Amino acid sequence: MKRINVQRTKALLKVFAVLVPLLLNGFSIAAASTEQLPGVSRNEVAAAPAPAVDAAHGAVAAPEEEKAGDVIMHHILNNREFAFPPFGSVELPEIKLGGFDISITKHVVMLWVVSAILLVIFSIVGAKYKKMTPSQAPKGLVNAMEALVEFIRTDVAKANIGKDYEKYLTYLLTVFFFILLCNLMGLVPYGATATGNINVTLTLATFTFFLTQIAALKAHGIKGYLAHLTGGTHPALWIIMIPIEFIGLFTKPVALTIRLFANMTAGHIVILSLIFISFILKSYIVAVVMSVPFSIFIYLLELFVAFLQAFIFTMLSALFIGLASAHEGHDEHEAGVASH
Amino acid sequence: MEGLGLGYLGAGIGAGLAVIGAGLGIGNVAASAAEGVARQPEATADIRTTMIIAAALIEGVALFGEVICVLLALK
Repeated sequence: MKRINVQRTKALLKVFAVLVPLLLNGFSIAAASTEQLPGVSRNEVAAAPAPAVDAAHGAVAAPEEEKAGDVIMHHILNNREFAFPPFGSVELPEIKLGGFDISITKHVVMLWVVSAILLVIFSIVGAKYKKMTPSQAPKGLVNAMEALVEFIRTDVAKANIGKDYEKYLTYLLTVFFFILLCNLMGLVPYGATATGNINVTLTLATFTFFLTQIAALKAHGIKGYLAHLTGGTHPALWIIMIPIEFIGLFTKPVALTIRLFANMTAGHIVILSLIFISFILKSYIVAVVMSVPFSIFIYLLELFVAFLQAFIFTMLSALFIGLASAHEGHDEHEAGVASH
Repeated sequence: MEGLGLGYLGAGIGAGLAVIGAGLGIGNVAASAAEGVARQPEATADIRTTMIIAAALIEGVALFGEVICVLLALK
């Protein structure tokens, strides 16, 4: 009992160590923007070398209302600047190869960070699993991960794909944890949401697309795959059916792309807009009554949305794979029609 | 400038209409799911899964609309 308390206080201390500098930083900026400073010092605020926090941007942007939109877009979009507000910022190098801009940006770094964290977490969990005896119950981190893995395995993969689910389980688990951690990284100080970049989500959806097509080809063969494109109709209708079915192949991954991207971006825009209301109106009362409570509420909602969107992406991937490889449905239906 | 203003108006109205559609759709899904669970509590898990998938698909269509509106407004 006493050990738990010690652990808890240690965890709390860590949280405070992160929160207190942030809060102080926020307060000093809020004070700078609300006090009626003479023009010179405001210019100094604008010209400070490290203005890159959202709040610091707010202080700079407050005088002109139009600028709030620009600041929000700067925060949402990808760029080569990595800002660590009280300490300054790191400018990432620009790399060009054959006319393509392949420079390492903020979101690319976040992708690497997420991959590294996942590698560390799952190597630890894997090593602990190997040491355990079959009758031993997992605890701590291992238990938490087991609950999530088990959930994806039974409720997502097994329920939607059916008997061959284990082949696709590795992909589904990877994509779930990757998206989940990407989403959560956007809610951490100094973090950025890599899944709020349409290129990232499109890449993830492309993996699902190819996996779906491969599953369909495996289940039906080339002939069955092409026959599916005709929708099982009379040859006279093929001129309409083939384009429709062909476009239908691509709408699913596009929907996956847009859903994840728009959800992650929208949440951040809402939080930043709520914070900016107090800067635009230049009032403590609005900040206390409206900005802070509402942005905390949306922040907590975002925590839920991060899990939900990771789950939905995985769920729909599993569903598409399951639909593509389910041959019984069609055959039984056709057989039933023929026997009538 | 007037044309640009009308463009912004169009984007705003479009976003509102998309939200109305999605709200009605998801409302219907949730109402039916609640009814289904009330009638058959043992089918809760299946109903929840189906509901989330349907809601996600509806939301996806609404988000298409929203993204188009954002693009219009930022143009």
